[in-house]
Amino acid sequence: MATGELNPNHYPARRAAKVVQHYLNTHYGSPFRLFGLHNVQSGNAEDVADSGRKYQLEISVQEIISNTTENCSAEVLFLRGDQQHSPQVQVSCAELLKSNTAAQEEALFQKYKMNQSLLSAQNLPDSYGHIEPDNKPLWHLGIVASSSVMLKESTENTLFNMAQVAHITQLATENEQLKFDCHILLHEMVSQEIIHWKLLFTWSPPEGVKVLQMEQLPHCHHCEKPPNTN
Amino acid sequence: MEKTTRTLGLFLMILSIASETSDSLVEALESTQSYDYTKYHPMDEIYGWMEDVERGNPELVSSAVYGHTYERRNITLLKFGLENPEGREKKVIWVDCGIHAREWIAPAFCQWFVKEIVHSYKTNKKLEQMLQNLDVYVTPVINVDGYVFTWANDSTRLWRKSRSTPPAGSSCHGVDLNRNFNANWGTVGVSFDSCANNYCGKSAGSEPEAQAVMDVVGGMINRTLCFLTIHSAGQLVLLPYGHPEISAPNYDELVSVGEAAAAEMKKLHGMGYTVGTSPQILYPNSGSSRDWARLVGIPFSYTFELRDKGEFSHLLPEEQIQPACEEAYAGALSIISHVHDKAFNSGTLPNAAVSGVALMIFSTIISVFVTTGVFV
Repeated sequence: MATGELNPNHYPARRAAKVVQHYLNTHYGSPFRLFGLHNVQSGNAEDVADSGRKYQLEISVQEIISNTTENCSAEVLFLRGDQQHSPQVQVSCAELLKSNTAAQEEALFQKYKMNQSLLSAQNLPDSYGHIEPDNKPLWHLGIVASSSVMLKESTENTLFNMAQVAHITQLATENEQLKFDCHILLHEMVSQEIIHWKLLFTWSPPEGVKVLQMEQLPHCHHCEKPPNTN
Repeated sequence: MEKTTRTLGLFLMILSIASETSDSLVEALESTQSYDYTKYHPMDEIYGWMEDVERGNPELVSSAVYGHTYERRNITLLKFGLENPEGREKKVIWVDCGIHAREWIAPAFCQWFVKEIVHSYKTNKKLEQMLQNLDVYVTPVINVDGYVFTWANDSTRLWRKSRSTPPAGSSCHGVDLNRNFNANWGTVGVSFDSCANNYCGKSAGSEPEAQAVMDVVGGMINRTLCFLTIHSAGQLVLLPYGHPEISAPNYDELVSVGEAAAAEMKKLHGMGYTVGTSPQILYPNSGSSRDWARLVGIPFSYTFELRDKGEFSHLLPEEQIQPACEEAYAGALSIISHVHDKAFNSGTLPNAAVSGVALMIFSTIISVFVTTGVFV
């Protein structure tokens, strides 16, 4: 494994940088704020005693919805050991994480709260890459929720993206949160596999997205339809 | 009297054949002009479009079925070329799309590439010259079975492999065709588990789709200057080899030509494409078509990984087909122009201009003849 100064175009730095994207979406993502890795400017890797490997990165991150890009510094620690550990991430960006989407989030939250019927959507995006405008916030919520899975599952040998929200359904709640059940498809680039996960999560503007339960679904090789989660 | 009648009959027959041919030609041309290149098309539409392209441009295009998929579907290419004014031997450019079924932007690009050639070769002197020196072979969809499968329903859209039947003891279909070529087969970046998405098959070239490419290109290796294989996603220009310890002898030139292509691509819409070998910028792999092409001696061999970088991955929205194809076309043309100029020491333009005039006079005569035929 590469140690010392890394070529920013090569995959070790890029895989570590992708983990930073998942971290940002997990902790700062919302229906109106989503982050994408734009570029890696420089990187450095070093072994950490017996525990793992630490990457230091200078990257540019794009906030996709407002289309603003900013440079950030980050550290990613991949832990080794018998137990599967999530990578540990620290990141600092000057302006990018300062929220100005509060009003939009509150408006959407109230709109969903006041709906007579529970929301439901599938195949976001569809086979043609299309998402109905009304369903875009649900797609964004799916990306944020799946980012916690992708963060948890990431190693130096993986590169995750969310391929599709196969199904997302709003569930009734008694409290102030909105609650959703979803089936998402992740694309893992190195193995080129599509991995199915079922997630239960809540969302409110003050709390953000909180994943309550996550479960990997078995890959059904001989069946054509994904396992029925409803 | 009889002789006059016979001559008249013959004349009328020739005119009516010309009329039918021109009707069919006009119809085919109109059909390719109304074809929507900014939408994804199912396989039967692509087959029909290929027929129209050939029929509408007989002086430029011919087609060939060069193999059959596992499920016995035709693997078809379109060959583009003009007569060489000096009767010199044509060199070959190979472009293929759709080895991986779910990468829909790739077949969309091959169709776009064809459209650009057809629409601009008469007005673009450089393109015309290149087509006089080169035969460009384009296969819009290699993995036809897989592509058809991705259109079956919502749950099949992300299928990658071919649709060969499961080997004994397995319930999983398909082979990763881009791990099945005879190039360090089965060494790195593959699985021998038939259920895996990078399953390399039971032996090098065991799959009919991969073997078909190796057979047809194998028959023209000495004339082939460039092999481009189009995939998605990731925005990468990959050069050989996929094995981390093997370097192509012309690595430096492959990098500089690749970087020049990426620079051209970025000019259009600001999208960055990273250039390097697969083990450097993506992952090690073996048995790819790109590696096979370089290994058998084709000097320039690249895998294009088109848009995007993960927001939509393989489910690239149709609104992005045009910009994605425009930049990919610029990149492909950059490489093709370089290999052409290197082989033909560009500077033969005066000859091309003279023969261009002759061709123009000739085609004017033909079109007058055809028009007359239509009126009768």
